[in-house]
Amino acid sequence: MFETFSYITLQEYWWIIVSLLGAILVFLMFVQGGQTLIYTLGKTEDERTVLVNLLGRKWEFTFTTLVTFGGAFFASFPLFYSTSFGGAYWVWMLILIAFVVQAVSYEYRSKPNNFFGHRTYEVLLFINGLLGTVLIGTAVATFFTGSDFVVNKMNLTNLTGDKMPIISEWTGLAYGLEAALNLQNLALGLTVFFLARVLALLYFMNRVNNSAIMERVKKQLLYNAIPFVVFFLTFTIWLLLSSGFAVNPETKQVSMEPYKYFHNLIQMPAVAILFLLGVVMVLMGIIRPLTCFVKCSTKGIWAAGIGTILTVFSLFLLAGFNNTAYYPSTYDLQSSLTIENSSSSHYTLVAMSYVSLLVPFVLAYIFYAWRSIDNKKIDIEEMKSESHIY
Amino acid sequence: MEHIDFSLVDWSRAQFALTALYHWIFVPLTLGLSFIVAFMETLYVRTGNPEWKRITKFWMTLFGINFAIGVATGIILEFQFGTNWSNYSWFVGDIFGAPLAIEGIMAFFLESTFIAVMFFGWKKVSKSFHLLSTWLVAIGSNLSALWILVANGWMQYPAGMKFNPDTVRNEMVNFWEVLFSPVAINKFLHSVSQGYVLASIFVIGVSAWYLLKGREQLLAKRSILVAGVFGLLSILFVILTGDGSARTVAKYQPMKFAAMENLYVGQQNAPLAAIGILQRDKAEGQHKKEDFLFKIEIPNMLSYMAFLDANAYVPGIKDLVHGNPQHNILSYKERSEKGRIAIASLAEYKNAKKAGNDSLSAAALKRFEENYSHFGYGYYANRDVHELVPSVPTSFYSFRIMVGLGFHFLALFIVVLWLTLKNKIETKRFILYTALWTIPLGYVASMLGWVVAEVGRQPWVIQDILPTIAAVSQVKTSSVQITFALFMVIFTGLLIAEIKIMTTQIKKGPAAEGSSTIH
Ligand code: HEM
Repeated sequence: MFETFSYITLQEYWWIIVSLLGAILVFLMFVQGGQTLIYTLGKTEDERTVLVNLLGRKWEFTFTTLVTFGGAFFASFPLFYSTSFGGAYWVWMLILIAFVVQAVSYEYRSKPNNFFGHRTYEVLLFINGLLGTVLIGTAVATFFTGSDFVVNKMNLTNLTGDKMPIISEWTGLAYGLEAALNLQNLALGLTVFFLARVLALLYFMNRVNNSAIMERVKKQLLYNAIPFVVFFLTFTIWLLLSSGFAVNPETKQVSMEPYKYFHNLIQMPAVAILFLLGVVMVLMGIIRPLTCFVKCSTKGIWAAGIGTILTVFSLFLLAGFNNTAYYPSTYDLQSSLTIENSSSSHYTLVAMSYVSLLVPFVLAYIFYAWRSIDNKKIDIEEMKSESHIY
Repeated sequence: MEHIDFSLVDWSRAQFALTALYHWIFVPLTLGLSFIVAFMETLYVRTGNPEWKRITKFWMTLFGINFAIGVATGIILEFQFGTNWSNYSWFVGDIFGAPLAIEGIMAFFLESTFIAVMFFGWKKVSKSFHLLSTWLVAIGSNLSALWILVANGWMQYPAGMKFNPDTVRNEMVNFWEVLFSPVAINKFLHSVSQGYVLASIFVIGVSAWYLLKGREQLLAKRSILVAGVFGLLSILFVILTGDGSARTVAKYQPMKFAAMENLYVGQQNAPLAAIGILQRDKAEGQHKKEDFLFKIEIPNMLSYMAFLDANAYVPGIKDLVHGNPQHNILSYKERSEKGRIAIASLAEYKNAKKAGNDSLSAAALKRFEENYSHFGYGYYANRDVHELVPSVPTSFYSFRIMVGLGFHFLALFIVVLWLTLKNKIETKRFILYTALWTIPLGYVASMLGWVVAEVGRQPWVIQDILPTIAAVSQVKTSSVQITFALFMVIFTGLLIAEIKIMTTQIKKGPAAEGSSTIH
């Protein structure tokens, strides 16, 4: 069936999948957000154990989604993988290191004789929560603001010896870290950070059975929701007012177009609707628990979670669809990556599309397995009787 | 090409080797222990005997400790293709990316979803659903090994692809050829089964320690029984698939094969140096010839091993470097000239196409295609072709130690199993000590396997097509040095923590049923 699809349809299909994975990843980063709140919310060792274990039963999904997002991006848009990872070296390396230290922290934190002591593992979880969210947000922002690099495939044939036969070269100052100096990028980074914390608070409301923690959660929800909204609005308004990287559909030349992303929004009404719906759902998810805490507190994570997925998904579509360069080069506009010039071959996209049919099945068993072990809220008592705890 | 930055290439290789080897400390145990735990739980569900449950949970705890650090060290590998081998990611990303993505979708989610049920579901789900989850964890982890090993096998023998001059990269033309290439199949089977061997050694060694201490007799003996049977079957399979791997190496990577065997001059009826000590032959200078100081040979064996024919001709390092017209082997000099033509023709093709000159571009394309199988050698056109010879002593010794240890493991499994069945194992202290000390040897064999496979193919990232100097990312060497140091420090710290936690848990022993494993 996929064989009959045109090349551009497959490219769009894969951009949708990558966008969806990215959106789910941002939602699942509530785990990272939660890791930055362990000491704010848990005042005793027992309370912290409850919080860590709640996050610990979910961290692998965030992690696996990140890995799958990377793999899917590689398989469908290898030129992005090559250009961005090999160029913005330090941003990606720091993100990776932050995830490396996360992976052991849960399992090792509460084990006796764990070499570094449980505090260290909690600090590592905090670092993962902070760097993971801020840097991923910053990196995604460069999809709109651009980076400094050149791609020249003919370098591969360069045997004259004046340079290495490498097709892409980063000309940015600090191999990617310069992105964090751009305020607009940073605004998105901080948006993701505070969003992750808000989502974590909503998740705790849904899962924790402990009134002392709940009191703190409620207070923190407000404290984190405000900066989230401020940074989100800053980024979004900035985005809609700024020029974007437009691709001429005939000549494939890239040029700057004023209000490009705003134009994308009105030229793709479906995306605009998704975006608005997403934003409204996130806000609802936050406001309802604030106003009717007792009755509504468990539902916030669902509304805000789905809202997050819709919003991030539509942002990715704004970056890549409607003749837009999704990974623009501000150094050499014509080196910018588009879904057309950076994708895998028709054959590979077809093969991968068949594999993508497994995704609903994967979601179904994840849902089923979660349901079977998450059927009641967690409290300190359970932590004492559970045989495997973090 | 004076501007090839060798320190960049070397540091990037060092970083990859460091992170891959660290990752591989933990992977084989995950692959094997997941099945061993699944067998044990099956016995529990079948017999309803709570002791089996206690045994299962004990090994499961150790599995969890090992698994966490396996995940931690693994994420870096996937992304490193982009961060440090960016040219590679473009040049073959069309083929290589797919297995990585499939691995995530098919295997990692399976693993991570059901691992949660396995650890937290004891009191929440039915016995049979729990058992199913444990099996799915084992299947998931082995499936993830499948995809990454297919990817590695493909680098050693790039099947199922075609170069597209318009996009300047290799593109997949046959998915099944990539998946079912003989190299990939052997590599997958050899690697997972040696994981089962290593895990069996681990379980037997730890159990031997309990017997030496006079503790946990029942748990130890039952564990030895399960691991002994699994290990014995697995080591036989390891030898079988290792033999199969050697044949694919002889066929597709003759230089690696010659280096593994220290075969300098090719011959018919080639003997196998079962044991040997090498000595650098000074007279040969840059030819890097290694002579034998001492060896024990098995006549005709090498020819037979490589081609299942005692008379077959096996080319040596000299034949491959300098050519051998009698056996139709081109010299590296000739191959690098052809490679240079391929690369130059690609440039001409692109330029002619841009200029709209169809006849010129067609001619250039034809020349390119005729010479493409030598493409990678082109990067050595102005270089010393001896750079294309891998380290012979490293390949030779690593290979022999791996194989030798394989036979040691075989003997150990047989003896241990026999003694356990005769109910005499706890009295044989020498055997118990041997079993304990075989644990590190299991890791040594496993590491050396990768040394054979990877050192032997240098400098090829993709055999004959892409050498390391054309595969790296253009980052500053100092950046790679810093990340190398960071990984070194972080991974070593985590390894120490892992070993301490693991040994503490072992010393503590299994928990009484129903109590928490941590307090
Ligand atoms: C006993 C007979 C054995 C033979 C004949 C054998 C043969 C081989 C060969 C030829 C390779 C290289 C494949 C390539 O370059 O593509 C290899 C690789 C490897 N071997 Fe062995 N081996 C044996 C035992 C073992 C044992 C006991 C272990 C570990 C416990 C082991 C672990 C590995 C690993 C991890 C690799 C790298 C992955 C691969 O290339 O398959 N081998 N082996």
